[in-house]
Amino acid sequence: MIEFERVTKRFGSWTAVDSVSFTVAEGEFRVLIGPSGSGKSTVLRMINRLIPADEGAIRIDGEDIASLKPEELRRRMGYVIQSVGLFPHWTVERNIATVPGLLGWPKARIRDRVTELLELLNLDPRRYRGAYPHQLSGGQQQRVGVARALAAEPRVLLMDEPFSALDPITRASLQTELSAIHRRTGTTIVFVTHDMDEALRLGDSIAVMDHGRLVQCATPLEILTHPASPLVRDLVGREEWGLKRLAVETVGDRARRQESVTGEPLAAETPLHRALSEMVARGTERLPVVDGDGRPAGVLHLSDLVRPASGGAASSGPAASGTA
Amino acid sequence: MTGAGMAPRELLTDRLMLGLVALVALVLGMPSLKPLFATLFPRLDRPLYEAESFVSLTLDHMALVGLSSLAAILLGGGAGIAVTRPWGREFRGLLETVATMGQTFPPVAVLALAVPVMGFGAEPALIALTLYALLPVVENTVAGLDGVPAAVLDSARGLGMGPAAVLFRVELPLAAPVILAGIRTAVIINVGTAAIASTVGAKTLGLPIIVGLNGSNQAYVIQGALIVAALAVVIDAGFDRLAGWLTRWSQR
Repeated sequence: MIEFERVTKRFGSWTAVDSVSFTVAEGEFRVLIGPSGSGKSTVLRMINRLIPADEGAIRIDGEDIASLKPEELRRRMGYVIQSVGLFPHWTVERNIATVPGLLGWPKARIRDRVTELLELLNLDPRRYRGAYPHQLSGGQQQRVGVARALAAEPRVLLMDEPFSALDPITRASLQTELSAIHRRTGTTIVFVTHDMDEALRLGDSIAVMDHGRLVQCATPLEILTHPASPLVRDLVGREEWGLKRLAVETVGDRARRQESVTGEPLAAETPLHRALSEMVARGTERLPVVDGDGRPAGVLHLSDLVRPASGGAASSGPAASGTA
Repeated sequence: MTGAGMAPRELLTDRLMLGLVALVALVLGMPSLKPLFATLFPRLDRPLYEAESFVSLTLDHMALVGLSSLAAILLGGGAGIAVTRPWGREFRGLLETVATMGQTFPPVAVLALAVPVMGFGAEPALIALTLYALLPVVENTVAGLDGVPAAVLDSARGLGMGPAAVLFRVELPLAAPVILAGIRTAVIINVGTAAIASTVGAKTLGLPIIVGLNGSNQAYVIQGALIVAALAVVIDAGFDRLAGWLTRWSQR
């Protein structure tokens, strides 16, 4: 668990972070979003003390990080940055082994862990273990960057716009893999981005920052349907609002459980915008749904995409909640 | 790459091997070139420098260059590292000024000033050469460390490396090619400048050159100069090899 209590950071006369308080729960995927200069990266870099806080307290699992040695604190956290920052003179294996090496793990354990991580990030260990960073594509480099951050099984993973420099296809596949890794490992993730689509897609919760202040901290659904300020509404954007709205809920949320219908089923965790796309592609208004074990889990109706069966207020459009 | 594993063609085109062969041949074989110099300079009574053996002159020359370069590397490298640390940043301008002065000062003037204090011999020469080699080492150490990408440093710190680990495992290996280029410049300059040190009584390959200049004996000058040149070629080629080895990771 990460707690910020009235944390302030000034650079000269400029207040980068202004009395910010928030909590990230154990295992939560928290996205920090905001315009340039909003203080989101500063907040992230204060968590591992790359930037010291001027005022307030930052606690990890109840322990004030100011009482820990910075190096030891950082070795307990993964750290991924936009420009990757792989060590160019080290092989992929040695890069990934950085933190386990600092922690003094035995060689055999490090080697097994590197293999495991390369496989987790879909890089063939035989091919990439001995490669140097300059021999890899940008996407492969960031896969290694993520593997390096995860190497010592950190409880917290800090990511500063890790996928912003990648092409859209590579970015999408890394987002999918990161979600899967988060589900599998239960690592607490703090993820900085300026891309609201990425935030909506990845976050369990989204903290919006502006001018060093926390503007809103809520679930993706809440951010979409009840933006707390014009800035949040602008970040979400009006374009394709409906599809974004669908993307934050899954097929399982809206399926009619008692019904059944024939056809190629959709998994319950499929986002609703994909289901809509599938309906258009197949020319149908009803799709069968299966749960994680492949058992029938009901039927999704086109009409339920437009109007959820329950909690109707939640689906109100972007104009309903304010001045837009 | 070792000499034993090389094909004959490579042996003939390898600068390091060729230079070494030429150097050893010149140093050991100079006495047997006496008839040649006698033919070239028929008016000279003594066509071969024989006051000292070329072997001992060469060894002394190399020792002087080696010691002064080592001192410059330790001092200049250490100072270059210090002014790129957070606690030493303020001294960066001062260091660069001092190093530049060290190099713009003519070595002969340093020698002339050092002699009254230290007397004749190798010591004033050592001081002058060390000062002279300082600038390229300092400049390239600072430039090399400055050139380490910020993202690499950020991730090194972010992953939990301490200051010493960041310096020795990340910064210095990445800055090594640039630092080495500075050391290479310093050493090559010193191979030439060390010859001048014979004016204050240091025993170097400059001795036959200076004696030759004073006594209008061109043969002496040529003999000393040839070996100095061969020595410079060998050292330069050696640095080439070392630079390739240091950056072998980037060539895969």
